[in-house]
Amino acid sequence: MNALTPPQAPARCDILIIGAGPAGMAAALAAAPSGAAITMVDDNPEAGGQIWRDGPGAQLPPLARQHREALARHANIILLRGTRVVGLGDAPRAGDAPSLLLEDAERGWIQHSHRLILCTGARELLLPLPGWTLPGVTGAGGLQALVKAGLPVQGQRIVVAGTGPLLLAAAATAAKAGAQVVRVAEQAGWRALAGFAAQLPRWPTKAVQALTLLQPQLRAGSHVLQAQGDGQVQSVRLQTPSGEETIACDRLACGFGLVPNTHLAQMLGCALGSALSNGLGLRVDAQMRTSVAGVYAAGECTGFGGSERALAQGAIAGHAAAGRATPVHALQARLQRWEGFAHALQRSFTLNPSLNQLARPDTLVCRCEDVPHAELAGRSGWIDAKLHTRCGMGACQGRICGAATQQLFGWTPAPARHLLAPARIATLAAAPGDTPG
Amino acid sequence: MNAPTIHIHADGVRLQVAPGTSVAAALAQVPPGRTRTSVTGQPRAPLCGMGVCHECRVRIDGRVRLACQTVCAEGMQVHTDTGVPRP
Repeated sequence: MNALTPPQAPARCDILIIGAGPAGMAAALAAAPSGAAITMVDDNPEAGGQIWRDGPGAQLPPLARQHREALARHANIILLRGTRVVGLGDAPRAGDAPSLLLEDAERGWIQHSHRLILCTGARELLLPLPGWTLPGVTGAGGLQALVKAGLPVQGQRIVVAGTGPLLLAAAATAAKAGAQVVRVAEQAGWRALAGFAAQLPRWPTKAVQALTLLQPQLRAGSHVLQAQGDGQVQSVRLQTPSGEETIACDRLACGFGLVPNTHLAQMLGCALGSALSNGLGLRVDAQMRTSVAGVYAAGECTGFGGSERALAQGAIAGHAAAGRATPVHALQARLQRWEGFAHALQRSFTLNPSLNQLARPDTLVCRCEDVPHAELAGRSGWIDAKLHTRCGMGACQGRICGAATQQLFGWTPAPARHLLAPARIATLAAAPGDTPG
Repeated sequence: MNAPTIHIHADGVRLQVAPGTSVAAALAQVPPGRTRTSVTGQPRAPLCGMGVCHECRVRIDGRVRLACQTVCAEGMQVHTDTGVPRP
């Protein structure tokens, strides 16, 4: 693998992969033996995505190392780290995938490709609650990512709250780094958790993983009500089956599930409608083709389902994009097995509707533009809210509040348009004047 | 032998970190790890940790970048003065 700087990277490649997590890595490795010129792009400093994030506080599992080493053995795979898709490029060649406008720390350029594989992953669903803008409140996966990147948590008291297996994974990462996990509050009840656990023997590796992650501080049927503190979080108010409880802490890590990252795909016109993630993931066929010609998708952006499913989908997408039909069929059984796991997950961790009532009138829902709940409650939808309150019009482009208002009010965020993220003027100068908007 | 360390300057304060540490993680050495000021003047710190929420945007060597996706480099100058309240 070549870690070339962009000026040396060809502005046209055979296969462009957006996202270098498990799905993207598997796609690159599956496509590489075809000899195709492959460029991988990731906005993080290293490949690995969220689950295989490297850093001074990370311990990479053997499978992650194997994938990284395998990538390094292929001279026809280029990895562009710290590089983000900021918008659409110019008109593609006949038969090519749409071109994209990319930016790294130094420059911006238009990247063309014959085939495009979107492995853009998922982000956490973060629900507005009183006090959630206090420093010290993070996502659950957010805390895990920060600890892997070297965040000092030694001796800190941490409350983890929300839903899903990610809570236990985040708690384990924090505990390993020396934090004191004082509570893991899972909103799903014991009955749902027991039902999920009873199915785990169908996926023995997951059953073993679950046992290693179990926390004595885990409480089911509990959810966060409020983060409190002066200048930073100092305590958390929780609703438990036996009443309200206040716990002193230095950090609150909250995650209410995962939302597929589909902004880029929707900008390209790809249809949603996955079987998982309430249809909010990208719709793909058995060869991981999206509804747009030349564009494939794999991993969590097609619905939340875990890294094993992402690896299978990524491999299928890589083979298919390289025009190799036979290996695709062989991988279908593996994919089906992990699709089953994903569906079991989804059934077990459905959100309690009372979580939609956490925000008070003055609780900020849009953190970029500081728009409180009271200003949004009377709006008819996402566009109405944007036009009247600036909700969703800040730096994150509605990635946080769009998912939150979808959960709270049932609004459907409008598909993203060019530009996807804040970009430098010099990058925009690299794009043609008639860039479609 | 001591592990090698990197030094950065955050609002003039010299911080020492392990190689590979993100700027967001380094800033947490000075509690509460503030990164920016919101449009209504609230202090903010990293939320998502993975380049989605933009709460951690800071000025690094003169350019606004996401602290959670930037690795500390020797001598880096970080300023947490992004986002001044609107008049």
